[in-house]
Amino acid sequence: MAPNEDREQIDRLFRRESARAVATLARVFRDFQRAEDAVQEAYIAALETWPAEGIPRNPAAWIVRSARNRAIDTLRRDKTAAVKYELLARLENITLPDPLLDDEPIADDRLAMIFTCCHPALAPETRVALTLRYAAGLRTEEIASGFLVPLPTLAQRLVRAKRKIVEAAIPFAVPEPSEMPERLNDVLSVIYLIFNEGYHASHSSDLIRVDLCADALHLANVLERLLPAEPEVLGLQALMLFHHARHAARVDDTGAAVPLEEQDREQWNIVSAARARALLAQAARHRLIGPYQLQAAIAGVHTSAPSWDATDWQQILALYDGLYTIEPSPVVALNRAVAVAYARGFDQGLALVDELLRDDMLTEYAPALVAHAELLRRAGQAQSAITWYERALSLTHAEPERRLLERRLTECSQTSANP
Amino acid sequence: MKYVCLIYTPNDGQPPSAEMDALMAEYASMSEEAMKRGILTGGDRLAASASATTVRVRDGRRYTTDGPFAETKEVLGGFMIIDVPTLDEALAFAAKIPGARHGCVEVRPIADRGA
Repeated sequence: MAPNEDREQIDRLFRRESARAVATLARVFRDFQRAEDAVQEAYIAALETWPAEGIPRNPAAWIVRSARNRAIDTLRRDKTAAVKYELLARLENITLPDPLLDDEPIADDRLAMIFTCCHPALAPETRVALTLRYAAGLRTEEIASGFLVPLPTLAQRLVRAKRKIVEAAIPFAVPEPSEMPERLNDVLSVIYLIFNEGYHASHSSDLIRVDLCADALHLANVLERLLPAEPEVLGLQALMLFHHARHAARVDDTGAAVPLEEQDREQWNIVSAARARALLAQAARHRLIGPYQLQAAIAGVHTSAPSWDATDWQQILALYDGLYTIEPSPVVALNRAVAVAYARGFDQGLALVDELLRDDMLTEYAPALVAHAELLRRAGQAQSAITWYERALSLTHAEPERRLLERRLTECSQTSANP
Repeated sequence: MKYVCLIYTPNDGQPPSAEMDALMAEYASMSEEAMKRGILTGGDRLAASASATTVRVRDGRRYTTDGPFAETKEVLGGFMIIDVPTLDEALAFAAKIPGARHGCVEVRPIADRGA
């Protein structure tokens, strides 16, 4: 093997396996930085020994063992560490799989890692960055480019988060069953945030951006294997896959967003949609409904409709009723009001939307203003619709959405000029 | 791991009332229970923020001003020091402090002098 090939293969293995090693050591140290430093030393050791001795059968276990041994050496030399002996004892007690024989993954540590990264004591943008770095194994530069954040800002955010985890003693543990629903919801919302960031940025001209949608789907898949009894994990996967299925039809050749009603349904990815439906059916067998399953079911009704006019709005409204019972937020109320408009008539829907827009929570929320404008336009009130499209446009920054709103404004002014 | 729970409340120096008595009784019973479990190591209620005086020393000169450091609707009304293994237990304790219902509780680790 040529030295370059060795290097590439070792890099690839570390990239794939080091997340697990960092997770195991972070649990022992309760400190990401120490864990990362130890894994970095293991990487250097691998570069020295693997080319000569060959790649071990279970590289993940080799990395953990080697990183642990190096951490023990470092600690023994460290005269200042007050917790040295406790840490040494914990390091020596890690149960290690045999790197030559065992294929057993180190599952619990990764799960604890995900819950730590998504801990509610951390700011939401920090949870996203930590999860991508330590649960998905992305490099700091990749996360920075994915979120269009300057690299030093992102690096600083990670440093502060790691310090807070140590200083505030945020635990490396899978939550108690009594706390699981709430904590799992925090994890799922981080994954969905990552997905949405990728989804809305995927038409950006910036080709170096990483595929955050794929990372979110991968994380949800890891979580499914670690928590097979949680139907909401399946629900979130189904929801993301239904969105993913409509991906290609979302933007036209000019770069303008295409609303659902005008999308070319032939372009929808039937494989993703079928996979989403299967996941949703699998979730339903647990008989424990939740917000992600309901949102996925709504997306599923849209995806199953042969055309916009053939959409089963009665079923969509029933699902929104259920969602609103579990999650009575202004945004859910707004989406429900739109469903009311299509299921029972524009007058009823518009009355609800009017009422909701008096709530401060929604007056600066562009999708709410767009929804209002769309209903007014469909109800034949083009002149009123213009005001709302203009307000929505002033709050919208994404280029594809701006182009769609500009087109709607042109359509409405033509209609109101020639009624 | 030691944490201080800083209790910020809108009830700043409220005169005694049946409501306040009930609240104080609730604090007394939760503190007693936490002491029995060995979690609570200290704490107290503070007098009204109007009784506070703020001191700064700049260039060796002392500046004294009347009132708390920041004039806000919710004021520091008391604190509790707890000793629990991780932040999760600290947050669970903070959520049971009556002040968390009408004000808020800031949970801060006490600086580790060891490492």
